Amino acid sequence: MKNIFKRKPSEFATEYTVTNALKKGDILTRLSFLLLGAGNIARKQIAKGLLFVFTEICYIYYMVSYGFYSLSEFVTLGHYERIETETDWGGYTYEYIGIPSVRVLLYGVATIVLTLLFVAFWREAVKSAYKVQRLNETGMYVNKFIDDIKDLFNVNLHKLLLALPLAGILTFTALPLIFMMLMAFTNYSDAVTPDGTSNYLNRFYWVGFDSFKDVLSINGNIGEQFWSVLAWTLIWAVFATLLNYIGGMILAIIINRKETKFKGLWRFNFVLSIAIPQFVSLLIMRTMLSDTGAINNLLMDWGLIDKALPFWTNATWARVTVIVVNLWVGIPYTMLQLSGVLQNIPAELYEAAKVDGANAITTFFKITLPYMLFVTTPYLITTFTGNINNFNVIYLLTGGGPGKLGYTAGQTDLLVTWLYKLTIDKNDYNIGAVIGIMTFVVLAIVSLVTYRSSGSYKDEEGFQ
Amino acid sequence: MSKKIKVKKKFNPRRFVTNSVVHVFLTVLSVIWLFPVLWVILQSFRVENNGYGSYTTYFFPKELGFKNYIRLFTETDILNFPQMFMNTLIIAIFTCIISTLFVLSVAYTMSRLRFKLRKTYLNLAMIMGLFPGFMSMVATYQILKTLGLTEGELVRVAMILVYAGGSGMGFYMAKGFFDTIPKSLDEAALIDGATKFQVFTKVTMPLSKPIIVYTVLTSFMGPWLDFIFAKVLCRTQKEYYTVSIGLWNMLEKEYLYKYFTRFCAGAVLVSIPIATIFILMQKFYQDGMSGAVKG
Repeated sequence: MKNIFKRKPSEFATEYTVTNALKKGDILTRLSFLLLGAGNIARKQIAKGLLFVFTEICYIYYMVSYGFYSLSEFVTLGHYERIETETDWGGYTYEYIGIPSVRVLLYGVATIVLTLLFVAFWREAVKSAYKVQRLNETGMYVNKFIDDIKDLFNVNLHKLLLALPLAGILTFTALPLIFMMLMAFTNYSDAVTPDGTSNYLNRFYWVGFDSFKDVLSINGNIGEQFWSVLAWTLIWAVFATLLNYIGGMILAIIINRKETKFKGLWRFNFVLSIAIPQFVSLLIMRTMLSDTGAINNLLMDWGLIDKALPFWTNATWARVTVIVVNLWVGIPYTMLQLSGVLQNIPAELYEAAKVDGANAITTFFKITLPYMLFVTTPYLITTFTGNINNFNVIYLLTGGGPGKLGYTAGQTDLLVTWLYKLTIDKNDYNIGAVIGIMTFVVLAIVSLVTYRSSGSYKDEEGFQ
Repeated sequence: MSKKIKVKKKFNPRRFVTNSVVHVFLTVLSVIWLFPVLWVILQSFRVENNGYGSYTTYFFPKELGFKNYIRLFTETDILNFPQMFMNTLIIAIFTCIISTLFVLSVAYTMSRLRFKLRKTYLNLAMIMGLFPGFMSMVATYQILKTLGLTEGELVRVAMILVYAGGSGMGFYMAKGFFDTIPKSLDEAALIDGATKFQVFTKVTMPLSKPIIVYTVLTSFMGPWLDFIFAKVLCRTQKEYYTVSIGLWNMLEKEYLYKYFTRFCAGAVLVSIPIATIFILMQKFYQDGMSGAVKG
């Protein structure tokens, strides 16, 4: 992380930099600072130069026609005009006309991202102008446009291969993320205003850290829900991860024992249950365990219980049930992945232990477990992260229920499912965005701490 | 593992007990794990009482038949399963093509090519991966709405874009695989005058069949398994529902009684291809894990 900020000599260092272009560039190169491609066109890289000019014109056209307006609106998140019309009977009615703030926010973010992209493009164009100047001065071969195209398949292959995927990530991952994070600093929600008249859904404002204060305060309604949801999320993630890990490891060890027969059959039995799409198996579990579901019916039919067991209707039952069902989903998966690692433990270690007279339990704690922990720490972190963000299990099994912690969160709600409810069901986008950011913070802290203190961190480079 | 040397052992009562316990234990676990699977399959063939009712007080159905499967495909007025199936298939095919190209390109670039912003990209991908996946869902919806992709036929395009658009982030598995291919092969080809692009397509790709198959299959499976994004994008436009939203709807209170056995039939139908794919890939999952750890 540190070296992002620290400048160190790079293996990709080149003399063609913007600073050099400014210091050592001739008049044409300096003209290229303003009119992109000027240097290239004058020095016979016509096609490339025209491409630069064309892009610049497009950008300027966009900024003049939409961009600057978007940015100015972005500051206040739009405005409304009050339009009054005279009615037939002599009175006035009025309505407010304007773009909804959410659009303004989106256009603003898009403009900023486009501008950043253009700055990057501008730097490349300036460097290119300086490069062609230097090539001319030193009398070296000036590459033609066709050479540049060819380079895309060779030295610049990374540009070719990354262009489309990056565009996709930018539009469908990065841009929405920035957009959503900015929502955390607005009052974008359908909460009723103090005078009880209107809501903030069409028109909202920048409110700084107000939503963060709401979420983090211990006394407020939302704050109380947040801390209890966070606590349950962590408890859930720890139990789900550890129990799955232990269960999966025991199962893997038992199946891989030398003397266990029908290894393939056992493995197939467990794999079959995860091969079924998760939402199908979870929905089935939900139906089976409901008050009038198959399990309760069978148990009542056999006379084992009088009343239905409250799998989903009692908070403690529901919490235990989701963890247990998650074991059903997760153990075979862990078993499968740990089997591979188990088979990689050097056999000499076990033979040495045998010679020394160690029994099975000692071998497990002295050899198997340390080895597994060392190798699978990254896997454990990924699973833990996955569990904190485990939307499917909670949403499909309990929907966050039963009961309510506050006005939105239920007893088994994780941060993610609560986030879903807040944004999709309740339109409390600002609080949802804060929850999303807090989830990220929790995950970042947990992953960093575990990763740094793990054995595999220091040897990480050794694997490459 | 070298040669196995067979040594005849005397009957050892302690070992016999341990082995019996282990096998009984595995049998019990297998029953627990297979019980729901078996139950769904049985329910999907339950046809007495018109297949109505979300449960029975007996485990084995009294009458078995294919009626639920037939009705799933013929009674399409309320929940049109064949159409959902086609929707999902079309979306899955396009998603699969785009994602596979994206994932393989990014993975190869990260594994083999060295350029200035590589580390930055890797770090950013890791950081973005820590945000809850659908935190950006509302924002994505707004973007698609601005692009005019949330109404009518274009919803399908929107779903493809959502599933495939960000797929360049999921390159770790494939990168791990490419990392294991010896670099000397690339160097040999480069010396012979191949361009880097040719190395990618003619040297690396033919050696990477397992990871290509894996990527194709996982990205094909995505649209069949996701239902959050599909639900948000389709809202009430029933004609664009994918299989997973359809199945989810069948278990809603208003449909549960009539549709439960048909849900089971649908679940079995969707599970068969997915399960086949998964079991075929099982070995690969295992190898991928141990391979990635070995580096």
